[in-house]
Amino acid sequence: MKSVLGPAAVLAVLLLAWEVLHLAVANTGLPSPLATLMQLVVLLGEAEFWAHASQTAQAFAAAVVLSTVGGIALGILLGMNRTAGTVSEPILVNLYSLPKVTLYPVVLLIFGLGISARIAFGIMHGMIPLTLFTMNAILQMKPVYRRSAAVMGLTPWQTSVSVVLPAILPEVITGARLGVSLCLLGVLIGEMFASRNGLGYMVMHAMERGDMPTVLAVALLLAIVALLVNAALLALDRAWRH
Amino acid sequence: MTVAALAEVADVSAVEDRHVRLAGVTRVFGRPGTPKSVHALGPIDLDLRRGEFFSVVGPSGCGKSTLLDVLAGLSKPTEGTAEFEGRPIDGVPAGVGVVFQEDASFPWLTVADNVAFGLRRAGVDAAEIARRVDYAVGFMGLKAFAGAYPAQLSGGMRQRVCIARTLVMQPRLILLDEPFGALDQQTRLLMGDELLRLWRETSATVLLITHALDEAAMLSDRVGVMSARPGVFIDVVETGWEVERDSRIVSHHRFGDITGRLWEKLRTESLKHLRDG
Repeated sequence: MKSVLGPAAVLAVLLLAWEVLHLAVANTGLPSPLATLMQLVVLLGEAEFWAHASQTAQAFAAAVVLSTVGGIALGILLGMNRTAGTVSEPILVNLYSLPKVTLYPVVLLIFGLGISARIAFGIMHGMIPLTLFTMNAILQMKPVYRRSAAVMGLTPWQTSVSVVLPAILPEVITGARLGVSLCLLGVLIGEMFASRNGLGYMVMHAMERGDMPTVLAVALLLAIVALLVNAALLALDRAWRH
Repeated sequence: MTVAALAEVADVSAVEDRHVRLAGVTRVFGRPGTPKSVHALGPIDLDLRRGEFFSVVGPSGCGKSTLLDVLAGLSKPTEGTAEFEGRPIDGVPAGVGVVFQEDASFPWLTVADNVAFGLRRAGVDAAEIARRVDYAVGFMGLKAFAGAYPAQLSGGMRQRVCIARTLVMQPRLILLDEPFGALDQQTRLLMGDELLRLWRETSATVLLITHALDEAAMLSDRVGVMSARPGVFIDVVETGWEVERDSRIVSHHRFGDITGRLWEKLRTESLKHLRDG
């Protein structure tokens, strides 16, 4: 009971704050929660909305899969090789803190105007934190695990898959949680510029028309999706730690 | 058969009896001769007889663990040769099992899966794995905890898991690096009993590294005393215990003599270590 009560109270306070803000800034800039929700229901019934949503979903899914696989693999590679790790960590940290949107024109020139540019941009956001988390988890792993693997005659590949990966999995899941939400951010930013479809485009297009209920409805939907994905990964994290 | 031929036969059996052989083994970290290099170990000459229980005691930082790394094939000697069963040690030799000081049980696997781990990677068939794991888990008194995770066990129990994991691989040489260092005195004595039981059961050669003189005196056939760094053997003490023995020999009058002799040798070395930091 208590576990339901807490989030419900938070939700109620948020809705109340939203409503108060809506009344304070006059209703054209910020639609009320009710108006937003009604617009969302309308959108969910439109084929055009689903076409945009499916574009975003495809780009998001591809970015998540590629950045997760790539981030973990690169993280393991850099973590297992001390020199490579030492050299690349500052580079990765600097790349991570770089405002990546400034590089979007470059991405567009390389990948063109299609979905691949948005996938690439999503990966650019999501992969680095996962790589850093994975790499640091390996550097902090108890050395005795690798020594044990060595004396049991494991090959480097067997060591990576059956010792290193399970040992660092809790940190990898934490990195993936961060990476997944950043992938979504990257894909959406990508869709906002030089794009004719996707939810990011839809938001920009609605904004140009002054259709604020649509802007907020899409934002609300994305927030819900992001929260659900995060909750799922959190549950996975907890299940593993037991 | 001539006398010379007989002598040759005796020689051959002596060679076969020599399970582990270290000749002039030296380990220097860093490039030798440079100011930053550390001469950690040696030269060490040591022959281990097949099936003997040999302990190494020495002051902290004397290179005991380096010696173990060389035997386990985890570290190459800078000079000298290390042989196991007549072959030079290059990489981790088959037939050598190691129990480390730190808890090396994998927290993501149950006790049974931890014990089965090495066998599964080695591609042993499932029925044989089940049989061996069952035996090792039973032998180490872990039967009731086979499905438990290491986090649910005490430190002593986790170390038993690590010993069982080594035992299932049926090693002919077992290396132990201060395996009971983190345990309390009573648990240590009882784990010593377990170790003796395991040693008799497997008839493996055992090399135990320890800082506990009583542990060395109680468990071993021979105890090697190492000097402060660079570690060399300054004495090897024969204990003369029967094969059938357990922790109750601590009340034997000779136990005190052996421990006393070990400490006499070690005292000056430990003082050196204390002074040098």
